[in-house]
Amino acid sequence: MRDLIKMVLVLAILCLVSGGLLASIRNGTKEQIENQQLTFVKGPAIKTIFTAAANDPIADRFKLQDGDVERTFFVAKIDGKAQSVAFETYGKGFGGDIGLMVGINVSDDKMVGAQVTTHSETPGLGSKTKDDPKFSGQFKGMELKGDFKVKNDGGQVDAISGATVSSRGVAGALTEASTVFARLKPQIAQKLQEF
Amino acid sequence: MAKTIVQEFTKGLWDEIPPFRLVLGLCPTLAVTKSVENGLGMGLATTFVIVGSNILVSMLRNIIPSKVRIACFIVVIATFVTVVELLMQAYTYPLFLTLGIFIPLIVVNCIVLGRAEAFAFKNPVLPSLADGLGIGIGFTLALGSLGAVRELFGNGTLLGAQIMPASFQPFGFMVQAPGAFVCLGLMLCVMNVLGKK
Repeated sequence: MRDLIKMVLVLAILCLVSGGLLASIRNGTKEQIENQQLTFVKGPAIKTIFTAAANDPIADRFKLQDGDVERTFFVAKIDGKAQSVAFETYGKGFGGDIGLMVGINVSDDKMVGAQVTTHSETPGLGSKTKDDPKFSGQFKGMELKGDFKVKNDGGQVDAISGATVSSRGVAGALTEASTVFARLKPQIAQKLQEF
Repeated sequence: MAKTIVQEFTKGLWDEIPPFRLVLGLCPTLAVTKSVENGLGMGLATTFVIVGSNILVSMLRNIIPSKVRIACFIVVIATFVTVVELLMQAYTYPLFLTLGIFIPLIVVNCIVLGRAEAFAFKNPVLPSLADGLGIGIGFTLALGSLGAVRELFGNGTLLGAQIMPASFQPFGFMVQAPGAFVCLGLMLCVMNVLGKK
C-alpha cells in the first residue's frame, strides 16, 4: 500500500513540476515565436504583396476580434495613404491547410495581391501555388467579393494544371477572406485612420 | 574517479558512438541528415535532451520507485524535448521548419531512454552528465559526418558553401532516403575496418 502511494505521489509531483515549467517557458517564448513566424513565414509574403509600401507593414499591424478568433491586419502605406491591409486566411488543400496572405485596398475593395504563406502540398505541383508568380499574380486587381472558384468549377481562378485541389484550396481561402472582409470592413476602415 | 568520468565521456565518442556502434536511433539519423546543418542541429537538440534527462534521472534515482521508472523517465524526457522545441521555434525558426516533426520525435529516440535506463538510473550525477554529454556529442558527430557526406555528393556543397567544382554533377540519389541507407552502410563498414586495427 505504501509503495502504491509513493508511486502515485512521485509521478504526480513529477508531472506537476514539468507542467509548470513548460507553461512558464511557453509564456516566456510566446512573443519571440510570434516574431519569428512574422519574419520567416508571413513577412516575405507581405513584402511580395506590398512591393510599393513606404512603411514596414509588419511593424504597423493591428488586431481585431472576429467572433472567437483574433485576426492580425498588416497596414501598408502606398502613395502616402494608409488604405491597404493584408491578413491571412486558410483553405483546405491536398495535404492540409493552405495559408494565404491577402492584400486588399480598402478604398476600392480590390486586391493588391495574394500570396501563399504555409502549405503542405506536393512539391513541384501544389507547391506552385506558392512559388509560381503567374499563379499568385492573377489575383492582383480582382475584386474581393463573393465566392471564389477555379475555372473548372465555373469560377474566376486559373488553376495550376495537375494541382486542381491545391488551387481549390487557395480559392477557398479567398472566399473566406472575402467573407471576413465583408464582415470587418467598417472596423478596418476605422482602424486605418489611426495610421 | 576523475579517470572514470573521462572514460564515461570518451566512450560515447568512439566505442559506443550511437548510430555507428550501437546502431540505435536510426529514424532521425536517416531522415534528417540531408545536410550538415540539419544533422548538427538535430544532434545538438538530442544532446541537450540526453544531458538534461541523464542529470535529472540520476538526481531522482533514489526517489523514483523502480516499478514506475519508465513512466517517470518519459515525463522527464518529454519535458526536455518540449523545451527544445519551444526554444528552437523562438530562436532558430528556419531550422525548426526543416527538422519539423523529428524534434517532437526525440521523445521516442531509444538512445535517450536507453541512457536513462542503463546508466543514469544506476550512477551518480557527475558520471551521468559525462555519459550524456559523450553520447550526445558522439551522436552529433555521427549525424554531422553523415550529413557532410550526403550533402557533399548529393549537392556539391558543405554547410551551404559550394565545394565541388562547377562541372560536378550532383548525385541526387544521396540526398534521397535510399541514399541515406547506402551511405550509413558504407560508413559502418569504414568504422569497422578502422576499429579492427
